[in-house]
Order: sequence, then structure tokens, then C-alpha cells
Amino acid sequence: MTFDSKKNYGQSMKKSGYVPRKKATQSTYDTIGFMSGLEVHQQLDTKQKLFCHCPAGLYNASDDYDAELIRHMRPTLSELGEYDGTALMEFKTRKEIIYRIKNETACTYDVDDTPPFPINREALGIALEISLLSKLNVVGEVHITRKQYLDGSIPTGFQRTAILGVEGELQLPNKKIRLIQLSIEEDSCREISDIGHIRIYKTDRLGIPLIETVTYPDCVNPEEVMETCNYIRFLNRSTGKVRTGMGAGRQDVNVSCKGGTRVEIKGVAHTKWIPDLTHIEAFRQWSLLLMRDMLKTRIKSPEKWKINHEELHKSMLKGVNIPDHAEKLIAVNLPEFEGALSWFTQPGKMFADEISDRLKVIACIEKPNILHTEDLKPKVSDEQWNEIRELLSANKHDAQLVITGPADDIKTALETIEERCKIALEGIPNETRKSFENGTTIFERVLPGADRMYPDTDSAPIPLENDYIESLKEGLPEDIIDSYNKLKAWEIPEDSYTYIFSKDYFPIIEKIINELDVDPKFVGTFIGHSLKHAEGQYVGADELYHSKIYKLFSFLKKEKLNYGLAKAMLPILVRHPKMDFESILQEMKFKKVNEKTILDSIPVLKEKFNRESIKKDSTDRVNWIMGQLRKRALGNIDLSELSKEIQKT
Amino acid sequence: MTEDIFQGYKGDALEVLKKYHVRVWGTTKVETTRGTFEGTVLPRAENDDDKHIVIKIITGYNIGIDIRTITNMEETGYKKANYKIPEKEFPFTPGLPKVKLFGTGGTIASRLDYRTGAVIPAFSPGELYGAVPELADICNLETEKVFAVFSENMGPKQYIALAKAIGKEIENGVEGIVIGHGTDTLHHTGAALTFMCQNLPVPVVLVGSQRSSDRPSSDAALNLMHAMKAAGHSDIAEVMVCMFGPTSDEYGLLHKGTRVRKMHSSYRSTFRTIGDTPLASISRKKINLIKSDYNKRRSDRDVKILPYFSKEVTMLYYYPGMKPDTLDALVDAGYKGVIFVGTGLGHVNKELYPAIERAHAKGVHMYMTLQTIWGYVHMFVYDTGRDMMAKGIIPAGNMLPEVAWVKLSWILGQTDDPEKVKEMMLTPVNDEITDREPYNGYLVYQGGVPDVDDFVKRVHK
Repeated sequence: MTFDSKKNYGQSMKKSGYVPRKKATQSTYDTIGFMSGLEVHQQLDTKQKLFCHCPAGLYNASDDYDAELIRHMRPTLSELGEYDGTALMEFKTRKEIIYRIKNETACTYDVDDTPPFPINREALGIALEISLLSKLNVVGEVHITRKQYLDGSIPTGFQRTAILGVEGELQLPNKKIRLIQLSIEEDSCREISDIGHIRIYKTDRLGIPLIETVTYPDCVNPEEVMETCNYIRFLNRSTGKVRTGMGAGRQDVNVSCKGGTRVEIKGVAHTKWIPDLTHIEAFRQWSLLLMRDMLKTRIKSPEKWKINHEELHKSMLKGVNIPDHAEKLIAVNLPEFEGALSWFTQPGKMFADEISDRLKVIACIEKPNILHTEDLKPKVSDEQWNEIRELLSANKHDAQLVITGPADDIKTALETIEERCKIALEGIPNETRKSFENGTTIFERVLPGADRMYPDTDSAPIPLENDYIESLKEGLPEDIIDSYNKLKAWEIPEDSYTYIFSKDYFPIIEKIINELDVDPKFVGTFIGHSLKHAEGQYVGADELYHSKIYKLFSFLKKEKLNYGLAKAMLPILVRHPKMDFESILQEMKFKKVNEKTILDSIPVLKEKFNRESIKKDSTDRVNWIMGQLRKRALGNIDLSELSKEIQKT
Repeated sequence: MTEDIFQGYKGDALEVLKKYHVRVWGTTKVETTRGTFEGTVLPRAENDDDKHIVIKIITGYNIGIDIRTITNMEETGYKKANYKIPEKEFPFTPGLPKVKLFGTGGTIASRLDYRTGAVIPAFSPGELYGAVPELADICNLETEKVFAVFSENMGPKQYIALAKAIGKEIENGVEGIVIGHGTDTLHHTGAALTFMCQNLPVPVVLVGSQRSSDRPSSDAALNLMHAMKAAGHSDIAEVMVCMFGPTSDEYGLLHKGTRVRKMHSSYRSTFRTIGDTPLASISRKKINLIKSDYNKRRSDRDVKILPYFSKEVTMLYYYPGMKPDTLDALVDAGYKGVIFVGTGLGHVNKELYPAIERAHAKGVHMYMTLQTIWGYVHMFVYDTGRDMMAKGIIPAGNMLPEVAWVKLSWILGQTDDPEKVKEMMLTPVNDEITDREPYNGYLVYQGGVPDVDDFVKRVHK
């Protein structure tokens, strides 16, 4: 009578039509109704934090702190008089939040013991520039709003945030993506750990000015989501006023499938993770909908569906490895759920994991927190399950699980299990999920709604006069799409654009081309290929100042040296960004020789070749002579010119 | 009165709303030179300008629209918000003490006020239970709104009303009283009630919050729980202030109403007992006594209510170079009592002497307290001090300046006889002057000192 979980897992995966991303086509995504949009966060490069005068951008190690303080968060009403769903969930989790404070990076404002200071004007200016570049309708007056976060990531329990513009658009090479809004906000704390009922944060990142660009769900396949994300990043970067480096840019990705619901994948650290994450999430939803359909054929009145449970004596699970925190063993019967627990959700994951993930977050029971009847590697024997089924008075097509956790958390755990299973009978829960590099996600929180907004009674509205907006417009960089089109016209290879835009090299390329009259294609590949490659070779090298690249070309021009020398100089330049160009040339043992001297030596070499070489082929001859002259010629004469001269003789 | 459909709007902004027939709470589409905006029109705070209209957009954020950019506006619907804390009937649990909560305003329970854009108090047992259900595990609660004023507007009239209300409740058999109060003048009220309500048989606990209860990290709920616990379960029958001990959500402290002072404008742990230790620390689970000598709870109802307060007492905060006309002006204005807040051990400059003499001659009661907050007035140490005493200024021991002002006001509400006044001023009702200052009565540690920083790292500030 044993249920074949492995077979069920495989079949359910097949049924969902899941294929690895590389094998998916647009029609795959059209079938499941893939839909996705983004919330792209970008830290602004300001000296100070957004609402206090602490320095921005200094980070501390987790064990380097001066004081700790404790807070508990309680849900409060929104402006419209509603409690927010996430808020209530977080309240249920009864977390004790500990903040680690370092005096140099956090003040009494950061820990909510002082009201906010007026908003950082430098940050506001940068954020408005980006709003204008994003073609948003800029507001007339900025209203600081409190957005509740009861996870503790902000000690106040809310993030101060404000909308600067709504309804904009972003032009991609082949598509327009509509933007919902752009807001300026304070960054949150960094989590150190979250174990049981204690969550620890550090406050160094807290309060750094951040913008969030929100798009409509206009993307119809995973690649498009990544492309959109890249373009928003490029646009932000093109101002030259945003922070770079680890964590300075992060995104939340919203995904749904046909009949599914908006699920937010939070804090995606790398753009390149986006395609797999969105691909897998869309299929997770699709598969869960199929599971719902399967369950509904058996469960006719979902509203009446409920679990029953019994406490187990430890002896009933003799020989089973029970985690240390399992003060209690509670067996739970899930009526008519056979086949659901091992239903495919993500590669390597099944519906039972959705339950386990929620138990970790909401009931604070560390994993492993359940044993269940459809484990692919069974831990409980069939006989033991039979005993448990009997105890629970289970029917044939019921599924069972055992919660292994602290006594105090059992009540919440049972509520959580019943709630998650009931949602499975309806569809996809509204939730935020945490991302992993392999493209899978786990439950993080219930998705908050508009009910968590509240006006910030500590701040006055900030009017944005027309003159101010007009003055900001004057200093704006060019649209990314225009730069993109220029790169194309210059025949710079497309595979170098991401590097060029993400490092904001476009203005330098344009300047070198216009002012130094260098071949555009050469400059483009020099930066997009050679420089990228050289940087990759010398990990740990400081990023080159953009102006240094311009100076390099300008130096070569002044010294009447051939630009080809630039590539040869790169390895040293990348390793020693401060070294002057003459020294680099010395290091390379470069000698300046005039063209004529080099060309004059060709006949002598030709004679030598003819005399000594066994091969008499003319290509061999040209190659051999080039080889003899390359080192001396590099920088003194264009190598393709030289090759032509050799062929002539 | 008809409902104000343009709540808070005035001047040009009001004209725009009228022109396009758009009401507050109306959903609207606004066309402007900066693009189109859609949302619900919100009320505007009274003190904000008349150049902007506030709308809540679909994502829940509020934005302002400059009326000078508006080219068209249209009301597409109407959706009024109903801001109400969910009310649930406060359950009665046999065996739990009966506690009365007096509301006076302040942020212990509050909601948004569109008129000022700030928060205003909301208050009823049902609302409180809706917001802090844990209270039902501590006591059986009754509430009464005595008045609703902000802390800075609390004054003699309110002290008297509160004292009388306390007397009445005690007669009615209540087992503890909690007073919700704005924090700015919590310690003034603490002192006033100590003098006005003597021989208390039950605890009277003043409580407030430093972060309004409309914020998730508010200290209001925990303070309220601590206060209810102190009122219902402690056997300290005194007027106390109950507020956070550390800024962390860990425990509260019970301070004597006469020795407590607000010491930081915004910290949660702002209240400190000055020149002594607090009475006790309190958590939801436990009351830990710090002092053993206090007035014990009794079953009788023999409270003495002395609801007197003169409005003819003022304070003079001395600064170097102060001229005699400052004191003259106060005396000419009819003030009968002056609390000096002097430097060091209790000093003012010689230039003031003639004015002091004139005031004394006119029968003005003058007492000396300290800018240093901690310590005793010692007027025998230097000649200046002796001179001043000779001219009629009486040292008020280690009475806090605000407490001295309250006490002299309370006394002058009862008698004008200088000897009687002096005797009452210098005879403590409840430790407003203490015989001795324990060594740990003064602790202001200096941050940056390695030992102190080590300590702070360990204890949760």
C-alpha cells in the first residue's frame, strides 16, 4: 500500500511541463503565461545617510559592535484603518529583534530614539535626476511615508520612503517597459542571523539613501527580465552618482503565471540570477495550480477542510533521527492530501518543503522540522506510519506529517500547516520569497499590501518647484538607448555593452572618439573586451579611474605612439593604476623607434629568411618577419600597416 | 454643522478643488504639466501651504500635486477612510485586580489627526484591548477620559481634576490607578499628585510613551502593560512614573513622582530618578524592588485629597549677568513665590541682591534650587550663599527645580504665612527632599571611556 513518492514527484514534474531554462522557448512561457516585473534598488552615492548625519557607506563586521538593543514589533493600523497581513504574520512569529550598533555608523536616529532630520538634499537631487531620466511624472510635493516592516529590518518598524515620480518608461533595444513609480527610501539593516525566536541585525547599512524603480509586469520571458534590470542599472549608473560594489544594487523580482499570483523574489543580489529564478518561480506556480486541480477532484468543500493532530510518544518513532529541539512530536493528518506532499514545485523541491519553509519562518521551528509520508528518502518506517495513521484515524488517501519542534511553537505550527494547505486548495499564496544562486526560492514572508502605508507625522512635505526641476534637467546624461544606438553605429560589438554601461564607460568612449580621433571600434573593444579581460585576470586590482583611460589615449597621441600599444600596457596599468605611463613603458622595455628604421630592416630580414629557412612559402616569410619585428614595432607602427609593407617586399 | 468636504484645504488649493468639483476622499484623475496622476484626495494639514493637493496613489503612497501645474481634474469616485482601532470588549477575568485608567491625552493610544498632520489620542477599553490584548491577562480594566490635552497643556486645573478623580475612584474601591499622560510634563504631574493625594492606599501610576502607538516599535504597549502590572499587583502605594528602563524592550522602572525627571528629548529611557534609585524595576512577569522603604498598599480607603494650587508661583533660571529688573518684573506682575534655579551650590550674582531684597520686603516666598539637577543646595559654603539667605532666599535641599515649583504652588494654594510655608516646603511629603544621597544616586557615565563602553556593550542601554 506504500505510496510511490518518487514516481509521483517525477510525474507531477512532467505534468507541469517543466524544462530546464536552456530548453525553454517563448512558446513554453506563453503556455504558462509567464509575467514578470521588477523593483530595482540602487544606493545613492552621498556622504551622509538619508534622514540623519551619519556617514553613509561604512560597513562593520558582524562581531564588531559597541552596543546591542532589543525591540519587539507590533502591528499598527494603516492610514486607512486596516491591519496589514504581513504585519499580523510577523506578530505571530514573536521574534526578539537584536540590533548591533557601531557608534561610528549609527546614531540615536538609526535606533529610533530621535526623530528624523530633514531629508538629505543631495540624495533627493540625485533621485530626481534618475526620475527624470526614467521619464516619470515628477510629483509637486514629496510626502514622506512610513512603510511598515515588522521583520525588524528597520528599528522603527517602518521604512521612511517617498514617491518622486509615477508612470514612466524605459526604452530597451526592442521593447518599451513601463514604469510604475520611483521612490527614495532609507536602506535597511543587514541581517546577521535568524535562529529560533531571535533575529540579529547590524545597523551599518541602515539609512543609506536608496531609490527603488518599479516596473509594470511587462516582461514575458526570463531573459527580458534580466535585460530590463540591466537597463535600469545602466540608467542609474549613467548619472555617475550611485554607489557601486557588493550590495549597492539589489532587486526584487515579481513573477506570476497564468492563474497564479504576484510573488516577490526578494533581494536578488546578481542580475545574472534573474533568468533562472523567474523561470523556476513561474513553473512553481504553474505546478501548484495543477496540484490544486488534482486536490479539488477529491476535496469537494475546501472551506470545510481541516487537519487533526495527536501527540506522539517518542517511542513511536524509535530509530528515527529526531532533532534536539523537538520537545514535542505532533502527528498531523492532512485529509485527501496523498500525492500533494511529494508534488513537484521546484527542481529538487516538493510541496512538503513549502510547509517546512513556513514552519521555519512563522513558527520559528528550525529545520528539519517535519517528517512526512512522502519523503523521497523515508526516515520513518511504513509500520510506524501505519501506527500513526491509526492514531489519527486517517483514511486511505490522507497524508501525514509529524512536527518536531519546541512545545511553545506547536500552536502556531498547526495553524501554519492548516493555513498553507487551505491556500493550496485555492491557488498560490501572496508571498515574498528568498532567492538562492541555483535559481530556487524559499518562503520569506506574506506579501504586504498598500495597507502598510502611513504618513510620516515627523516630517513636513517638501515642495518641488518648477525651477528646481528645470535646473536638474540641464545636467542630465544622455538616454541609455541613445548611447546604445551610438555604440551600434560605431560597430562596437554588442557583447561588450553590458560591461560598458554597467561601469559607466560610455561617456569616456565618446570623449576619446570625439577628442582624440581614435577608431571607435578599437576604443569600444579595448574597453569592452581588453579592459574587462585584464580586470578579470587581476582580481583585487582597484577599479581604474575612468579618466585614466582617457589619459592613456591622450598620452599615446601626444607621444605620437600607435594606439595599439594601449592593449600591451593594460596588464601593468590594471595592476598598478597609479603608475605613470612612461614608467609602464619602461617596465615593458619599450623603445621608441621611427617607422623608417623598422621598414628599412625588412629587406635584411627577408634575405636572412631566404637563406636560413627550409620553408619557402611567402606566408611563412611574412609571419616570420612579423615575429622578428613585432616587439620593436608595437606602438611605433600600426601592425597591420607593417604586415602590408612586409608583403609588398 | 455640515461635513467639511474640503478638510484642511484653504486659499488657492481650495479654489482648485471647488473649481473642478473634487472632494476630499474623492478618487481623482489629475492632469498636470508634469503628467497625469491618479489617486484619492486626502485631507491637508492646517499648517501646510495652499499650493498643493495631497493624493494617495494606488500603491498606498501619498504625493502632493502643485496646483499651478494642474490643467484638469476630475472626480471619478469617493472612498472615505474609516480610521478606527478595532474595538473588542475588554474581558472580565475573576481574580484579577480592578484597575482604573484615566486618560489625559498624550500618545499612549493615538491615531492620525489630519488637522495638524500629527497624532491625536484615541482611547477606550475596547480600543486599548484591540491594540494591546495582553492587558486582559494583567487586570480588569475600566477607563475614563478625564480630559484630552497634550502634555505641555497640562496644568493646575488638570492636576486638581485628576486628584479629585483619584479620590473618588479610591473610595469606589479600585485596586490601582493608571494615568495615561504625555511625557513632557509627566514629572510635574507626578509631583503635583504626590502632594495632592496623600496617604494613598493603592498605587497611582503615571505612564506615557516616547514613540507614539501608531508605530510598530512604539514603547506604548509595553509601558502600558508595565503600568497596569504596577497598579494592579505591586504593593507600593505611591504616585509613581512607570517608563522604560533601557531603550531596549526589556523592563520598565518605577520612579517616585517627586524624584523623577525627563532627561532626554526623545530617548525611550528618558525618565530617571535623580539623586536616588528608582523604587523598583518591572517586567511583564515580575516586579523587582530596588528600595525597601516605601508606603505599602492598604485595604482602607483613607486617602487625603488636598486639591490646592496657586497660579502665583514662577521660576527664575539664573544666567551670568542677570539684571535685577528680571526679578522686579516678576514681583511687579504679582508673583508671590519664586523658585530660583541657581548655579553650582545655589548661587546668583550680587547684581540681583537689591531686587531680592525688594521682593522679600514685599513678602515674596523665594527658594533656591539647582541647575546642576543633582546635589544639594549648600548656601553656607560661600559668602554669596550666606548673603542670599540673609536676604530671604531659602535653600530647598535637593528638591528638583520643577518639584519645588509644584510644591510651592501647592502650598501657596493653602497658606500665605511665611513660617508655615517654609515649614511645609522643607518637610518632605514623599522624598522630594531626602536626608542622604546614596552613592549610586548620581550616575551619568561618560561614553568613549573604554570601561564605560565595555559596560554599555554588555547591558543593553
